[in-house]
Amino acid sequence: MTRKLVGTEWRLLRREPIALFWAVAFPVILLVVMGLASSGPDKDLGGVSLVATYVPILLAFELAILAINALPTVVASYREKGILRRLATTPVAPSRVLIAQIAVHLAVVVAAAVLVLAIARAAFGVALPEQAFGFAVAYALTAAALFGVGLLVAAAAPTSRTANAIGAIVFFPMMFFAGLWVPRAAMGATLRDVSDATPLGAGVGALQRAMQGDFPRPMHLAALAVWALVASVAARTLFRWD
Amino acid sequence: MPIIEVEHLHKRYGEAVGIEDVSFAVDEGEIFGVLGPNGAGKTTTVECIEGLRTADGGTIRVLGLDPARDGAQLREVVGAQLQESQLPEKLEVGEALALYRSFYRAPAEVAELVDALGLGPVLSRRFGKLSGGEKQRLSIALALIGNPRIAVLDELTTGLDPAARRDTWALIEDVRARGVTIILVTHFMEEAERLCDRVAVIDAGRIVAVDTPDALAAGAQTGQRIRFRTRTAVDERALEALPAVTSVAHNGEQMDITGADDALAEVAAFLAREGIVVEQLRVDQASLEDAFVALTGSAS
Repeated sequence: MTRKLVGTEWRLLRREPIALFWAVAFPVILLVVMGLASSGPDKDLGGVSLVATYVPILLAFELAILAINALPTVVASYREKGILRRLATTPVAPSRVLIAQIAVHLAVVVAAAVLVLAIARAAFGVALPEQAFGFAVAYALTAAALFGVGLLVAAAAPTSRTANAIGAIVFFPMMFFAGLWVPRAAMGATLRDVSDATPLGAGVGALQRAMQGDFPRPMHLAALAVWALVASVAARTLFRWD
Repeated sequence: MPIIEVEHLHKRYGEAVGIEDVSFAVDEGEIFGVLGPNGAGKTTTVECIEGLRTADGGTIRVLGLDPARDGAQLREVVGAQLQESQLPEKLEVGEALALYRSFYRAPAEVAELVDALGLGPVLSRRFGKLSGGEKQRLSIALALIGNPRIAVLDELTTGLDPAARRDTWALIEDVRARGVTIILVTHFMEEAERLCDRVAVIDAGRIVAVDTPDALAAGAQTGQRIRFRTRTAVDERALEALPAVTSVAHNGEQMDITGADDALAEVAAFLAREGIVVEQLRVDQASLEDAFVALTGSAS
């Protein structure tokens, strides 16, 4: 029955082309723009090219769109419309719906990440992560932190509209610290310290380092783990099924 | 042998008492109505039976199961239709049926339910595009997809137009004919009168009556009201003198007589004796609604 639930949630997600556009197509467009604007290693970006700098930021962007915007809006609407409550009268636990939701959003975000890495490699010569294991660890922890925050938003928001609003409010500062507007390498020391403590700042920091061949700094991984843990525990405490 | 037994059910919400003391038993195969004014505790009561809420006191047995403890087993055999519960806007009718079917160990056949509920033409329509009546029929289908022995239907026909409501009533009778025991929460007296074998009237968290709709109506003792038109002069004093008649009034050709339950027989005999021809004869019997008002002190 979980398979059927996942299949159904997947179909429903496919019927939301706008969410998929922002999560999958838009990052690719940004990548192409950055790729065309990129002109080799940049001293201001720590000796890394513009497009290579932006690859981890785009992965963070995809995670933020799906985990913090798309998922909480759907889950809050399920609660608001009594869908979770209706499921509670069947033999399937409503928590399975959350699992199915996370599963489909995770599948899309991983596919979108592979797409960005592949296009960056094929079209703009951005090397695949040299420290593959470190990269995988960093990505998994970033995803855990982001989905944790997303579930917290879903738990705290009474309606899908508020979930959407909270998602947007959380999204912009997070993306700022991830370096969407000012790459982390170009941030001042204080700003970067703050960035290191945010889920996406730490996430992009860890991913960037792994792309360049070093294992991510423990500080970043620890920050991600703390975010993942605190947000999931808070979400679990706050979550209401009806 | 009762299939559902509720004894001294009690539930508070913080300071407010949701249910004070509710007891009743539902027999297998019956359509059991739960009536009451808004906020009387109808929904809370059935939600305790469904296992959606845990009571603070009292006992519930549904097919021998305790909803608070044996929730997993209970949900295999109790189908629910919740008040104001929806589905994802973009989920198709057929997909919803297939999904809910996958939740149960021994589900019903989708095709059979689709036929019974006339959902064939809308199978590939999305939930958001369905009419109120179609949503309601889908909701009944989903309540029955697990092949339940008990179906709890909460405010089933609220928001439906009269024709759709009558269609839904016919459906409920079909469902019962398959041997499903039905608990019907409603605030439509006509619905309860037409469908229910027995009804429980709940007021302010307490059961004030459990009986057949007819017995409840008879108990209301509001008697009969007889109205007719006639061109012949009627001896009103003689009419008023009939033992079962309590009052006689007229307005032009319109006569309006009230009296006890046997007033009609006496009035009819009187009219025949006097050779009075009447038109537009109407008799209003005490209804479940009168009983409801008398029991709860509120109009539905």
